[in-house]
Amino acid sequence: MTPPDYEYLRKLLKDHSGLDLSADKQYLIESRLLPLSRKCGLPGISELVQKMKGGSSPLIAQVVEAMTTNETFFFRDKVPFDHFRDSIMPEIMKARASRKSIRIWCAAGSTGQEPYSLAMSLKEMGATLAGWRVEIIATDLSQEVLEKSKAGIYSQFEVQRGLPIQLLVKNFKQIGELWQISPEIRAMVQHRQLNLLHDFSQLGVFDVIFCRNVLIYFDQDTKINIFGRLAKTMEPDGFLVLGAAETVVGLTDVFKPFPDKRGLYRPTGARATIAPAVTATPKIAAMAGR
Amino acid sequence: MKTCLVVDDSSIVRKIARRILEEMSFNVVEAEDGVDALVVCKRAMPEAILLDWNMPVIDGFQFLGHLRRMPGGDTPKVVFCTTETSVDHISRAIDGGANEYIMKPFDKSIVAAKFAEVGLIELMEPTA
Repeated sequence: MTPPDYEYLRKLLKDHSGLDLSADKQYLIESRLLPLSRKCGLPGISELVQKMKGGSSPLIAQVVEAMTTNETFFFRDKVPFDHFRDSIMPEIMKARASRKSIRIWCAAGSTGQEPYSLAMSLKEMGATLAGWRVEIIATDLSQEVLEKSKAGIYSQFEVQRGLPIQLLVKNFKQIGELWQISPEIRAMVQHRQLNLLHDFSQLGVFDVIFCRNVLIYFDQDTKINIFGRLAKTMEPDGFLVLGAAETVVGLTDVFKPFPDKRGLYRPTGARATIAPAVTATPKIAAMAGR
Repeated sequence: MKTCLVVDDSSIVRKIARRILEEMSFNVVEAEDGVDALVVCKRAMPEAILLDWNMPVIDGFQFLGHLRRMPGGDTPKVVFCTTETSVDHISRAIDGGANEYIMKPFDKSIVAAKFAEVGLIELMEPTA
């Protein structure tokens, strides 16, 4: 891949997905895009770039998908799901006792492990949720990823990372060497394609937003912008859950962390201010978290 | 240092498991069938047992029954590690007193995830 090819792809990814690659991520592009090149019958990435420059928009969409697909597993990091069960749900249920409805958004739902982990947690709560209406909306940039999420079919490898064996037996059906999550759990999750760079106010207002391990790929201005819009789409007493390597601290005052609950944030009610100009684009810390 | 007993009739599997567990800072003891494993447990009860199902003499499921009736036999965390992947087998294992269940093939990430699940290790989280 030539330096101009790399620059072209960097700019294209930034414009289409907000993905902000630092100057040294050639290996990442190669590992993700070489398989796609072959699938398209092209010998390499330079040829892929040539074809995109020729104006192939389905190809551009495929390139963006290949670069932004997230690795994920059930109950990833565990702690946020303990918070969800032990703190978030009890508090929200108390606050919504009259209305008996709760809306949850997984803003980077990926292949479904996160929304389905939440759905399984809710099912485990059993009778305490009788008579409640709980919506889980999973969104992702990638249509391919959403299709996988909707199908709810996972490899033996995928169901063994993070998912307790009892929950596997309870909620999955074996299909040959694959495992499919039950129709009951699948029905608890709605799927929508969504780019976080675009307006998402049409999704309505949420009590809980999981937005984990996606903002790390955005530059500072984009993060600040997204935090501002997330705050507007949340109830004042709602909860924002970020990934273990993410924070709002030093970026925005529209959310504040819970001092004793790592990864949890609450809207402050402060109005989002226009982001100050950033002189240098910060490098993305690590793609390793992906 | 916690001790993990690896029970498997395949020396290759025992070798792979040993390497993974030693990387996770376990002291590893090996047994090649259920009888052998019971002898090890009578001598000193390990904190963890990684247990194959199909083995000669006494298989993993029978071993588990004997273990749970032994004095102190309720303390080890038992994680099956087997090619038996039917829901029926998994349910029998859990009802029989197993704490977790690994379906072969396995790798370090699976062993670590399952051992974390039963509280034998803590998984490192990335920090902000």
